[in-house]
Amino acid sequence: MFTLSNEKVRHFWAGVRAELPLLVGVFPFGMIYGALALSAGLSKSAAQMMSSIVFAGSSQFVAAQLIHESAPGLVIVLTIAVVNLRHMLYSASLAPYIASLSTRWKTLLAYLLTDEAYAPTILHYERNGVQPFGHWFLLGAGLALWSTWQASTALGIFLGAAIPDSWSLDFALPLTFIAMVVPVLKGRPYIAAALSAGTVALIAHALPFKLGLILAALTGIAVGTVLEGWEARKGGAL
Amino acid sequence: MNIWLVMIFGGLVTFGMRFSLIYLFGRFQVPETMRRALHYVPPAVLSAIIFPELFLSDGVLDVSLSNTRLLAGLAAILTAWFSRNTLITIVAGMAILLTLQYWM
Repeated sequence: MFTLSNEKVRHFWAGVRAELPLLVGVFPFGMIYGALALSAGLSKSAAQMMSSIVFAGSSQFVAAQLIHESAPGLVIVLTIAVVNLRHMLYSASLAPYIASLSTRWKTLLAYLLTDEAYAPTILHYERNGVQPFGHWFLLGAGLALWSTWQASTALGIFLGAAIPDSWSLDFALPLTFIAMVVPVLKGRPYIAAALSAGTVALIAHALPFKLGLILAALTGIAVGTVLEGWEARKGGAL
Repeated sequence: MNIWLVMIFGGLVTFGMRFSLIYLFGRFQVPETMRRALHYVPPAVLSAIIFPELFLSDGVLDVSLSNTRLLAGLAAILTAWFSRNTLITIVAGMAILLTLQYWM
């Protein structure tokens, strides 16, 4: 058992407080996920459990869409992996600050390491360095986000169940993706990545096992990366 | 594959990536190319999902004015561009789709 010293409590609540402004955006997002997961054909319990088992917003939306299209399980797992690959960067970036913790702590903090928990935590570490019990900040931010995500999913499921099928709510899922993708199109490599991935997805949609999706995603990632390299070599003259 | 298995494997993969470099600290560095490639994951994956949803009806390419999902989707892209707001984009896209479906 550990005792709760003042320092632990102080760091924990600092983490919760730093997370609060982010929760304002997370709550409606969780509700939309809950409602859309139902309309995509997930059961209420599966929709809710996905929020605690996978616990990664955008990949849950993508998984719900692929379940709706009856994609094979392996393709869904692969797509979740590609969408969540960025978490390896967060993992690398936090590693030096929590290197001295026990494996049990590292496991718990890794489970809570989402975009929204990483952002305030890394700022906190960069400002204050490693302090005794500094990791309680991430615990506070992570748990605040975790409970908000579970609660908003549940409320979304509750409200989603009341919406009739004739409202074509399944279309809200691609609309959510449009809302996510348009703001990141901030340069030619990004636009080229989006257009090439979309075009390959159309050409290859008839491939078995939804492999067209994986092929399209890899094409877009390659096109964007190569183009960025070219533009960098040209010295950004254009 | 059963949906619960998909979620458990999806969760394990996600946790594994979050845990990986915390665990391997000092033994592995993320290569620069991968760091750069990661920026293109969202536009690539999401567009690969969006395009077929808008352009195909029943698996066939349909670029016509009777394709209500394409029209509503294009309107949503414009809405997202100017509003930069998820909720407004979804509401506008759904409203346009339902209106078009009602009139056509």
